[in-house]
Amino acid sequence: MNSSRSLRLGAWLLPALLLAFALASCGGDSGDDADAKKPLATIDPATAATITGTVTFQGTPPAPKSVRMEADPHCNATPENETPEVTQEVVVNNGRLANVFVYLSDGVKGRYAPTADSVVLDQRGCRYHPHVLGVMVGQRMVVRNSDATLHNIHAAAKINKEFNIAQTQQGQLTDQVFTHTEVMIPVACDVHGWMRSFIGVLSHPFFAVTATDGSFVLKGVPPGTYTLTAWHEKYGTLQQKIEVKERESTAVDFAFKAP
Amino acid sequence: MRARLSILRSRLHSVGRWAAPPAFAVLLLLAAGTRAGAGPVADSSSHGHRWWLPAASTAVAGRIDSLFILILWITSAFLVLVVALFVAFVIRYRHREGRRAAHVTGNMLLEIVWMAVPAACLIAIAYASNGAWSAMKEEFPRESESLVIIVKPRQFQWDVVYAGADGRFETADDITAINRLDVPAGRNVIVKLMAQDVIHSFFVPQFRMKQDAVPGMTTEMWFNVPAPGTFEIACAELCGLGHYRMQGRLIVHAPAEYDAWYAGRLREKAAESANAR
Amino acid sequence: MSNQGAGALIDATVRPRRLARIFSRDHTVIAKQFFAMSIFFLFAGGLLALFVRWQLGFPGSAVPVPFNFLMTRTMAPGGVIAPDAFNGMFTLHATFMVYFAVLPMLVGALPNFVLPLQIGSPRMAFPTLGMLSFWLSLLGGLLMIATYFVDGGPASTGWTAYAPLAAVSHYTGSSAGQNLWILSLAILGIGLILGAANQVVTIVNHRAPGLTMFRLPLTVWSFLVTGLLVLLALPVITAAVGMLLMDRTLGTSFFVPAGLSVSGSPLAGYAGGGQPLLWQHLFWFFGHPVVYIMILPGMGVVSDVLAVFARKPLFGYRAMIYSTFAIAGLGWLVWGHHMFQSGMNPLLGTTFMASTMAIAIPSGVKVFGWLATLWRGQIRFGLPMLFALAFLLTFTVGGLSGIFMASTPVDAFIHDTYFIVGHIHYVLFGGSLFAIFAAIAYWFPKATGRMLGERLGRLHFWLTLAAFNCTFFPMHILGIGGHMRRIYDPTVYAFLRDLQPVNTFITISAITLGFAQLLLVANIFLSLKNGRRAEPNPWRAATLEWTLPSPPGDGAFAVVPEVHRWPYDYSLPNAIEDYLPQTSLHVNGTGTGTDS
Ligand code: HEM
Ligand SMILES: [Cu+2]
Ligand SMILES: [Cu+2]
Repeated sequence: MNSSRSLRLGAWLLPALLLAFALASCGGDSGDDADAKKPLATIDPATAATITGTVTFQGTPPAPKSVRMEADPHCNATPENETPEVTQEVVVNNGRLANVFVYLSDGVKGRYAPTADSVVLDQRGCRYHPHVLGVMVGQRMVVRNSDATLHNIHAAAKINKEFNIAQTQQGQLTDQVFTHTEVMIPVACDVHGWMRSFIGVLSHPFFAVTATDGSFVLKGVPPGTYTLTAWHEKYGTLQQKIEVKERESTAVDFAFKAP
Repeated sequence: MRARLSILRSRLHSVGRWAAPPAFAVLLLLAAGTRAGAGPVADSSSHGHRWWLPAASTAVAGRIDSLFILILWITSAFLVLVVALFVAFVIRYRHREGRRAAHVTGNMLLEIVWMAVPAACLIAIAYASNGAWSAMKEEFPRESESLVIIVKPRQFQWDVVYAGADGRFETADDITAINRLDVPAGRNVIVKLMAQDVIHSFFVPQFRMKQDAVPGMTTEMWFNVPAPGTFEIACAELCGLGHYRMQGRLIVHAPAEYDAWYAGRLREKAAESANAR
Repeated sequence: MSNQGAGALIDATVRPRRLARIFSRDHTVIAKQFFAMSIFFLFAGGLLALFVRWQLGFPGSAVPVPFNFLMTRTMAPGGVIAPDAFNGMFTLHATFMVYFAVLPMLVGALPNFVLPLQIGSPRMAFPTLGMLSFWLSLLGGLLMIATYFVDGGPASTGWTAYAPLAAVSHYTGSSAGQNLWILSLAILGIGLILGAANQVVTIVNHRAPGLTMFRLPLTVWSFLVTGLLVLLALPVITAAVGMLLMDRTLGTSFFVPAGLSVSGSPLAGYAGGGQPLLWQHLFWFFGHPVVYIMILPGMGVVSDVLAVFARKPLFGYRAMIYSTFAIAGLGWLVWGHHMFQSGMNPLLGTTFMASTMAIAIPSGVKVFGWLATLWRGQIRFGLPMLFALAFLLTFTVGGLSGIFMASTPVDAFIHDTYFIVGHIHYVLFGGSLFAIFAAIAYWFPKATGRMLGERLGRLHFWLTLAAFNCTFFPMHILGIGGHMRRIYDPTVYAFLRDLQPVNTFITISAITLGFAQLLLVANIFLSLKNGRRAEPNPWRAATLEWTLPSPPGDGAFAVVPEVHRWPYDYSLPNAIEDYLPQTSLHVNGTGTGTDS
């Protein structure tokens, strides 16, 4: 082997090195970018309408499941947890279903710039507050640990990047931003197996989570025809086609049934 | 006279130069050895201010400790021998003008001796170890005469399952707990480990016991704690970011107390399922 | 065997262009490249270890200011290292140290420089392979550094990467980091395999006339055995990490059983049917031999340094060679001792206990052989000798602590505790690294033409020795107290609280140890500039490299030397000098002991 041959070999090695490097480090992040291609839209206050409604539950709700928080002494130390420890899976009050994520799943034209203020996902008393949360693509979500114990926030996103971060200190904040529409992303804490939350990510602001009385309001909706979807972690989704008129308030109700 | 003094000085110098670190190690080992001689601690749940083995709380733990002490003595003897020869040679045979080293290339007899003596020691250790190993991992007590508990570790907690009123697992009346294992004193307990996600390891320092829990297979360990007490369960196999605090409590009750506890849990369970219906 | 000199001459006359100088095929240049890489990773790995130690010594306190530059906001919010970052740091620490510091030094730098010189060859057998082996290793190294900076952080599953933790990306926060980790190791593996092939062939084919196998110094023997071990062991890990990568990215299930859950929900995307223990078997089938790959060259170097500085033949030359082979051979039969508590059949535990006990015997042969080499010698305490002597003692401690772990029941207690961490550091730091320090001091004059500074060198030695023992000996005490390894915050456990002062003490010692290493670098640079000029043979040693000028220059062994004796003719009774170079024909008298 003469030296010019080895030279050529060497000269090929460097670019190969860089290429392998680039390939390896950029692989992975792929999601559909249909949202990003949509034109930017804004809410026109002159025509914006409102959608309101209530989600009800028919039948007997399942008995609340108790949570054994003694597994972590820190969790029991929180005054909040002196109330009965139950899961937040199904919360029904007088036949009204809470924690339902209601959103426009079809018919929204364009994408909306994220709201400037951030949403907070708080971990307090070894529970998530809120249990169901909506956030816009590009909007800042602050994850807070209000407990004096370790929580890890493990978001099993499929379209967005999955993340799994730890918060050891009380008062610790971590920012998180989602880049793609995804309904819903389950969030869990692996240290406290009962901790569970769901995040809906949308490229528009027309979503809401039902309150304890089952009510919801979507504001600033441009007139048009839409599909309105109600999602519940246990009972799945319900959909309705709706038509929204200029500056009017449209009432839509959903009813989930016990299986 | 002066010459002798300076030789002495240089000798001391060499000793100081060479002996300090090994002497330090030997001292630490000896210190450790004397602590070992202090005997077992009365209170099984205390951990005392000592930098030594935690109190041994089962018979098997006692056996492991004696093995440990045996190996400590044998290895210490070798260490002392090596260090002593080393120090002696380094001082005695340091370079001096006008002397020439001996041209020695080997010695068959010596070489055989220093293979045979360690070999004998190692065989002894292996032989002594084998008995304790079988007792720990092979000669399990009979399940029908033991309390069987299933522990299903996951990131990052210990899910504990007791057979319910029907005495069988995987039925609706199983009693479950998280991070807490209650057992009676003086009874053989068999723990079946079934990991749900990654490998964890069930470790109770006072039992000197460690058993990995491997997903996809069931591993087993057993223990018998003679006296009531409370112990920490630690996860000993790296299992992710919460590994360090995958911590449980093992509570050993007096037998009657345990029965009361178990009965209480059975009642609770019954009430719960009645509620759900 | 006789016309290699010509080839080297032709190469030397072709005027090297810039690229050719960078992608050099010259074994001394390759050696220097490996050396620089290895020293860099030694320091990078050391810094990571100090971060790990900081958290253990002072849990929950912020990393001190001048050293927090490597902490990103997610790794250390408020300057306090996060648990996942902690896992990443000890993983990367060990990965750097094992794969990118010690291996490239012992399979790259050392043989490339020393080997041809000790066998009287002007070059290695395959210069291009040598060049490739460095550049592939470096590529692997760069990828490994990149893992620190990618989204999600570096691999955090330990250098052992146990499945399914490492096989399923949902179980840790690092996804790209672990993939890159795998890729990096695969590339490094290929690089080291090429280097090892080069090394073995060189020894077999390129020995000077008269240099029979049983006239080789122990260093060369250990290169031969290590080379064979690399050739057999590295393909295993390369294949295994390939399978791991497929599990992670293509959804195969080599190491993933059915029925797994993640965060309490069923794990999707895997057919299951794999075996987590298969990974451990594959890893340790490679991992245990690799431990010997890291210690055997050190043993070779120490054997030679002890003989030279005691002015005596190595005691039991053949026994030393056979024990090297015995260790290497038995090294393939002991991998199960890492798996005593893994759920492997306990009967196998007994088998592996027996083989592990057996491997202690050839190790003992070495220790006693070295001691006997000192016996009736004329010991000079040059810098290389200080490290070689320290190696003898620290390796002994490490070997003896291994016996505790070989005993299966005792291992049930100390497995995965700091006792193990103490053990690995006595053999790897007190063993491999001390031997590397000895080698640096010993061949520095040959490589550079200057002596390595004595004063600074001694300061470095004593500080290192003291801080080393203060750092790693107390780890045994932690382990005996039950202190688990790889835990982020020991104060969580009541039974460990009394041990916290020991942790703090270790951390302070470790910081001292880390900083003491700067003395070595300073010494190297100062000596390069102002060091005393080295004679061709400053240690009055008998092996071939010392017949050359220091440094040897381009024309090394242009005239092939003829070898007439073994390398240990020290203090022959009737010789005039107290040593005879391997090339000298006459004993100047009626001296006896010329072996073979
Ligand atoms: C300044 C010097 C060093 C310090 C302070 C140091 C400290 C540490 C620490 C703190 C750990 C992690 C313990 C844990 O698991 O919690 C560790 C692990 C380890 N170190 Fe070192 N180390 C040093 C040098 C070395 C060297 C030179 C090598 C290799 C030759 C090495 C090889 C390893 C290995 C193989 C592990 C096991 C990692 C694992 O199992 O994940 N270390 N060391
Ligand atoms: Cu939590
Ligand atoms: Cu665990």
